[in-house]
Amino acid sequence: MTTPTPTLAVKVLRAPRAHRTSLVFAIACGVVAVMTLAAVFAPFVAPYPPDAVDFTAVNAGPSAAHWLGTDGLGRDLLSRLVYGARTALLGPLLVVIGSTIIGMLLGLLAGWRGGWIDAVLGRVFDVLFAFPSLLLAIMAVALFGKGLVAPVIAMSIAYAPFVARLTRALVKAERTRPYVAAYRVQGFGGAWIAFRRVLPNVTPIVGAQSTLNFGYVLAELAGLSFLGLGVQPPTPDWGAMINEAQSGVAGGYFLPAIVPAVAVVLVVVAVNIIGEELSDRIGGGVPA
Amino acid sequence: MALDSRTVSVAAREAAAEAPRRGRWSAAGVRRVAGKLGGLALTLFLASLLVFFSRFLVPGDPVSFLLRGRKPSPEAVAQVTAQYGLDLPPWQQYLNWLGGALTGDFGRSLQYRQDVSTVIGERLPVTLMLVVMSGLLIAIVGLSAGVVAALNKGRPLDRLTLIGLTVLSAIPSFVGSIVLIAIFAVQLGWFPTFGSGQGFGDMVYHLVLPSIALAIVFVVLVGKVTRSSMVEQLGREHVEVATSRGLKRATVIRRHVFRNALGPILTVSGVLVAGLLVASTIVEAAFGLAGIGSLLVQSVDRLDFPVVQAIVMLVVTAFVVVNAIVDLAEPWIDPRSAAGASAR
Repeated sequence: MTTPTPTLAVKVLRAPRAHRTSLVFAIACGVVAVMTLAAVFAPFVAPYPPDAVDFTAVNAGPSAAHWLGTDGLGRDLLSRLVYGARTALLGPLLVVIGSTIIGMLLGLLAGWRGGWIDAVLGRVFDVLFAFPSLLLAIMAVALFGKGLVAPVIAMSIAYAPFVARLTRALVKAERTRPYVAAYRVQGFGGAWIAFRRVLPNVTPIVGAQSTLNFGYVLAELAGLSFLGLGVQPPTPDWGAMINEAQSGVAGGYFLPAIVPAVAVVLVVVAVNIIGEELSDRIGGGVPA
Repeated sequence: MALDSRTVSVAAREAAAEAPRRGRWSAAGVRRVAGKLGGLALTLFLASLLVFFSRFLVPGDPVSFLLRGRKPSPEAVAQVTAQYGLDLPPWQQYLNWLGGALTGDFGRSLQYRQDVSTVIGERLPVTLMLVVMSGLLIAIVGLSAGVVAALNKGRPLDRLTLIGLTVLSAIPSFVGSIVLIAIFAVQLGWFPTFGSGQGFGDMVYHLVLPSIALAIVFVVLVGKVTRSSMVEQLGREHVEVATSRGLKRATVIRRHVFRNALGPILTVSGVLVAGLLVASTIVEAAFGLAGIGSLLVQSVDRLDFPVVQAIVMLVVTAFVVVNAIVDLAEPWIDPRSAAGASAR
């Protein structure tokens, strides 16, 4: 490596002391860490299998046997919450990774090559911006069927233009910097400079912005399962849990709906706090 | 962002001095409007290609795709083939569909045995009412929250408003719906839990909770943009000048700060309309409202693809058209943007 480009980790660690001690940030990281661990080790964490039915406790409140109570079928809410964290976190993670890869490649192409490629891609992004991500996901379900796969692919495409637009602006600014010209003079190929030198330089900022998408995607995918179009029962999923609990709410049993709802809100808040903090530390935004 | 406020205000003053000479219907203005309309038509055309040809991404033959979950009797196959011209080449199918769509004819629903336009027409009033009520709520609450926060920047009231907005921003519409139903419909019994009611007054009453649930996320958007835009304007020179001229604070805020701050707020409201239409699918499902949002979900559920296509196209069109209107209306609200655009 000839250019000492600080990696994401280095930049975050180098942040001023005042930032590092932020209590809110620490709590947010804790929430996400706990949820992730619970999701990964669900079989060991959950007190019951997610679809085990307890006929003696239907719509029961919190007790020693069922810490968060049970749903209308007598299933343990804590266990379903823990297992539900798997699809709730995996979906947004895949979308964030997918949209970042697609968006960065297209943004790099548009910003680096410019000209007609830039113009065509710009028009494509304009069209995609007209399709709200949830709408594109619903259309994908109509075409390819319910589940997690079609919505995840559709949302990766829907979020890619946001990533691409940012990458394009950053790459355009980066192109004019002296180090690019220096590599050119030394005879390095354009593609090599773009992928090996420019791309790593814009990655931290784009990555921090993509983190901010995680919360939105989580809420939208949960909304899709709430509509009955996403993750299908009997797979436990937070959105689907709220959907199944709707009739219970009308009858006055709020807990089966409130428990997954609180989980969604908690994770969205935590992820947003982390994303904003990362953007602040890395110094996001487009250089003038 | 690169320009400091001094340069910007100088540029704005120069532009404002030039503006009257140019006139509203100048050649540059007409060219700008024509260019915007051309862009609008192109975007809609490309979107229609995506919506129509998405069907061809599904492997297998189109007849069995359209008849999924239904009995593929020879009559049904013949009827669907004839109705959608499935034996024609794809581009001709597209032209037929587009020609129909432009005249409001989206074919026949597979589920309801009615024209798609009729099915959508029956459901549209509820959704429009919901969007309008929600929009009013967003405008009132979002704008006032933003203004109050900006005028008290740095003071406790500002911090309180910001914390409130941050909390609200994490409440997805399905969570908001469930909580509102639990508290105000089931527990307190003030509002109905289900349905959209009969007649205008009853409908408004039925839509109070849904419109609140729909508004939550967007109130945050409008509130935050209003605050930052107001704060930016408050720091500008012309505000100081107006204050030093001895104008009343209320006048300065209304005429010199708020009016100048409207630009970004207006831009956000363009995005808002499509967002409201899409988010209404979730709210309508939660409250059992018979609008186009719940129709979209049912049509996906019952594999009624022509209805899905029509609603998607409708929402996309609404988004593109509203954004174009916002774009075109901007010079009327903020003459500087017109001057700036034609100066380029």
